[in-house]
Amino acid sequence: MGWSTVRAPLSPGRHLWQGDEACAEGAIAAGCRFYAGYPITPASEIMQWMAHRFHEMGEGIFIQMEDEIASVASVIGASWAGAKAMTATSGPGFTLMLENIGYAIMTETPCVVVDVQRAGPSTGQATRPASGDVMEARWGAHGDFEIIALSPWSAQEMFDLTVRAFNLAERFRVPVFVLADEAVGHMRENVVTPAEIQVYERERSAGLAPFGSEADDGVPPMPAFGQGERLLVTGSTHDPWGYRKVSDSAVQDRLTRRLVQKIRAHQGEIIAAEPYMADEELDVLVVAYGFTARSARHAVKLARQAGIRAGLLRLITFFPFAEEAVLRHGEKARNILIPEMNQGQVVREVQRAMAGNANRVHLYAQTNGEVICPLRILSEIKRLVET
Amino acid sequence: MSRQLYGYLRTESFPTPFCSGCGHGTLMAALIRAINSLSWDMSEMLFVSGIGCAGWIPSPHYAADTLHTTHGRPIAFATGAKLFNPRLKVVVIGGDGDIASIGGNHLIHAARRNIDLTVICANNMIYGMTGGQVAATTPPGAITATTEAGNPDRAFDLCRLVEAAGATYVARSTVYHVVHLVKILKNALQHRGFAFVEVLSSCPTHYGRRNGAASPTDMLNLYKGLCVGLDSASRDSATVQGKILIGEFVRGDRA
Ligand code: SF4
Repeated sequence: MGWSTVRAPLSPGRHLWQGDEACAEGAIAAGCRFYAGYPITPASEIMQWMAHRFHEMGEGIFIQMEDEIASVASVIGASWAGAKAMTATSGPGFTLMLENIGYAIMTETPCVVVDVQRAGPSTGQATRPASGDVMEARWGAHGDFEIIALSPWSAQEMFDLTVRAFNLAERFRVPVFVLADEAVGHMRENVVTPAEIQVYERERSAGLAPFGSEADDGVPPMPAFGQGERLLVTGSTHDPWGYRKVSDSAVQDRLTRRLVQKIRAHQGEIIAAEPYMADEELDVLVVAYGFTARSARHAVKLARQAGIRAGLLRLITFFPFAEEAVLRHGEKARNILIPEMNQGQVVREVQRAMAGNANRVHLYAQTNGEVICPLRILSEIKRLVET
Repeated sequence: MSRQLYGYLRTESFPTPFCSGCGHGTLMAALIRAINSLSWDMSEMLFVSGIGCAGWIPSPHYAADTLHTTHGRPIAFATGAKLFNPRLKVVVIGGDGDIASIGGNHLIHAARRNIDLTVICANNMIYGMTGGQVAATTPPGAITATTEAGNPDRAFDLCRLVEAAGATYVARSTVYHVVHLVKILKNALQHRGFAFVEVLSSCPTHYGRRNGAASPTDMLNLYKGLCVGLDSASRDSATVQGKILIGEFVRGDRA
């Protein structure tokens, strides 16, 4: 229980993997032994790789379900049976999953949900990248809650952040999102895997209340079905032992506050953002994530060559949002540019973080189903410096 | 319910939330009787239910692991738990709206897979919890909160549906025929593979009141008059026109 170091399932070394495959390998390395999914472009390769690897390993349960609703439902069922469990999808399937994701939030069920984003709305362009689901991940389930969402920018991070997603899910008893995009999911590059992996295992102690804690930000232990605990698990508002309390306002208040606080009070453990040439006074700070951050880093390099003091802050986590890092770097910048494959989602979080200086914050929106080219970002940087 | 069965229940959760005359209390006790007659250990059992009055039969009343899920999805949740821990004896209990309407897709796919679950559908032919709206199981012509002039649609024959989807045990009983019901539930629990039991369960509050069976006894008499045992009539014979057949329709080996 808690943190431990385990031997990686593969011998350490370099692997030429697609992002989707690296994600599946990361899940297996983190201890995922239950996968349920439904085919959807551009995430199907994750499912196929899980099926292939479980078969090869002779362990792990794979099932292709009848739809995405059933996929995440069976993931939650398996998690309560003791599994580290995952599903992966793209926009249309992610939308279908949201009700049960809310159930996982309410019942404090650890699991990982990967969304390899494609261009929408609706069926949109299934093989084209986009970042249109960021706020859907944050607010899509109904009700009042806090979530954790990670943003990989490479095949390497599809591996690393999927491991991290499992650790965070187990640590905080929450569903954790890996919000990739089609470009990262389908890109093929070298991934270096280690000999040992740091993993977190949920606390399973018996005899304690599985849905309550003395602390307002506590994470209660989660025994498994079949452990003899006679667990009462419900998506209705419940007391610390799982009894439904559907009209007790004090229970509703205490539960929903803890569901938010157990993440917010520990956000220092969760939030990750990486600065690149951003530790000084800047003409332009670019805040970027996912595949777009690769273009942004190149654009920053080119801007520096052109004598512009440009820097990058790359978001590795979407939520909880890296307000403090954005503010710290943003305060030293005359302009802040957020290139996004949507018409303005993360930019609003940045504006909020910059509070009184929101007028420094500029969006570059590209929503044509193509990745944002470094030269586009460079010309935006130049335009901001000139005006 | 006799006191010897109290060990199967979280008695602190009583009284149940069901209306007086609701069939779900009878079903709740019948299933415990079946489990007791098999001497099964409740700590090895998982009961999965969804949203609706019938979802409250196991949760919180049964002293076992219970998973009270979202509306329509209990079979999908149960599938994950059973696959990861096959030692769990997993029983799904839900109403007709939950299991056969919003959750109809999961029902037929679980039957197709012949996964080792026992699914009990408490069919009261109406949406009870939400105030008596028409269901996919409401008989044609019946009056409901959303069909004042009578239900214009036909009702599912759930047993035929699940049989066609590949279930290897399919049976129907009612809360009037309690001895029969306990026997059927016992067989369903012991079946290895996908077992489906449709239990006609009375909702005097919303179905009976609007359809000439306002009292609990009227509803039970309705079942008594309407049901014909499978052993006394063939499934397709003329004598069962307008009647409801009860009994075991499929009792196969695990495919
Ligand atoms: S509304 Fe109908 S089904 Fe629900 S508890 Fe009352 S009688 Fe039973």
